[in-house]
Amino acid sequence: MQQHSTLPRTAGVGFKSEHFADIVGGDQPIGFVEIHAENYMGDGGAPHAQLRALCERYALSVHGVGLSIGSMAPLDRDHLARLKRLCDRYDPASFSEHLAWSSHGEVYLNDLLPLPYTDETLGRIVGHVDQVQHALNREMLLENPSTYLQFTESTIPESEFLAEISRRTGCGLLLDVNNVFVQAKNHGTSAEAYLSSFPLDRVREIHLGGHDEQTDDTGAPLLIDSHGAPVADPVWALYERVISATGPLPTLIEWDNDVPAWPVLAAEARAAKAILDRAARQRAA
Amino acid sequence: MFAPLQNDFAAALLDAHKAVPDALTAHNANPPVKRFAVYRNNVIVGLVNALRTRFPATEKIVGADFFFAMARLFVAAHPPRSKILSAYGEDFPDFIATFEPAAELPYLPDVARLEAARTRAYHAADAEPLSPQDFGALDPAQIGNLRVTLHPSLQIVRSRHPVVTIWAMNAGDMALGPVDENRAEDALVSRPGFDVLVRQLPPGGAAFLLALARGEALASAAGAALDEASDFDLAANLAGLIGSGATTSFTLSDQKDPVS
Repeated sequence: MQQHSTLPRTAGVGFKSEHFADIVGGDQPIGFVEIHAENYMGDGGAPHAQLRALCERYALSVHGVGLSIGSMAPLDRDHLARLKRLCDRYDPASFSEHLAWSSHGEVYLNDLLPLPYTDETLGRIVGHVDQVQHALNREMLLENPSTYLQFTESTIPESEFLAEISRRTGCGLLLDVNNVFVQAKNHGTSAEAYLSSFPLDRVREIHLGGHDEQTDDTGAPLLIDSHGAPVADPVWALYERVISATGPLPTLIEWDNDVPAWPVLAAEARAAKAILDRAARQRAA
Repeated sequence: MFAPLQNDFAAALLDAHKAVPDALTAHNANPPVKRFAVYRNNVIVGLVNALRTRFPATEKIVGADFFFAMARLFVAAHPPRSKILSAYGEDFPDFIATFEPAAELPYLPDVARLEAARTRAYHAADAEPLSPQDFGALDPAQIGNLRVTLHPSLQIVRSRHPVVTIWAMNAGDMALGPVDENRAEDALVSRPGFDVLVRQLPPGGAAFLLALARGEALASAAGAALDEASDFDLAANLAGLIGSGATTSFTLSDQKDPVS
């Protein structure tokens, strides 16, 4: 029997070691922390000591960036074994990865790269998700990407593609609301329409993060999923809309670059928590 | 078929001279050159930043612009083979050694080797170091037979240049000052707790530790050290070995079970 994702339906943060003393030192507006799996694959030292201390106080979400589920080539079995060791060592409440590829052949490219949505890639990814869930003996969550370009060969809308992977594999989904916003702006589509067609009943966790703005080939705004800024107001509005439809869900604030002092990140978590608490009260009423 | 396109996509990421693959598009532009450049930039800058994190003193010595240019060439020629980015750059010091524009800084590859060793020590397995008291009951007559297991974090970096001094000056541990570039220094990198320590080994100290690491008994290791440095001070080196948390167990040749 596979272990299901059991994150608390409250706010969490992506863990940065500079916040360690604050996070373990006092009462914080969070119920879980999320780590990037690949940062905890060393043998020992401070990273594991901090993780052990965090696990005494908070639920843990392990979020992988290196599995390259969107590769057409087979998954890296050694890396899958490392993920299994990490999950066995800490028994996290959730494991998640991305609808993207990050490796090619022997080379690790260290970015979440896009793929076309076709029957061919769907079949491949379903196979990979099945393999991961079997190897880890747990439900995994698959995250919607932010992308900057598209593929002429794509035939399936992204939300439908994710719904079908979830239906065939039983995996949960991680809905990154900032990615939905970035995606819609970058491809001239509607974030509301995307969310209307998204299988919200399969969502087990939400990500919220900040984005930057650059310009594309025509000089039009191109949004970059930078995780280096506060969550934007329109993203908060989309999030509130999702939560009013689903009820409270585990909600993570991601801030990976230009990491702010803890009070700034805690304020973002508190803002998410306020929306979650409001939704919980409305449900109870 | 996505597989051939994935090959082209990956190749074009690391080689800015390759064209954006035909099958990529955007709702408002074709080919989407600037959009593809976002991915190129993410890959290159992400990997350069991994090297900046691992080699901060090297970057400080050459400056941010020089480091970026050097690291960018390394990234394109030697992209990571592992998904564990903290381990990326094991061969960066060797690359620096062959990088012509850095040739006037002959100590630079060794500073990078020291920084690489620090990361290995930081992530090494945990082990409880022996304290001086653990060695208290040793019979002086038997000490020549002493064999030790060194802490898993222990790293030795040997250099024909003053690598410890130059590293310390550029890591903020020591004021900048004149150095004799041709004075050799050996570094001992260790992590008995969670903090990585770097110290300069005395004459013969590196040969002594390397012999112990090979499993040689103390008398033999001291011989190896004396062969290299006639002023090797056994008492001082032994005190350093015992007092610095560098060992996790020891045995005497006539004992079956190591003390740990």
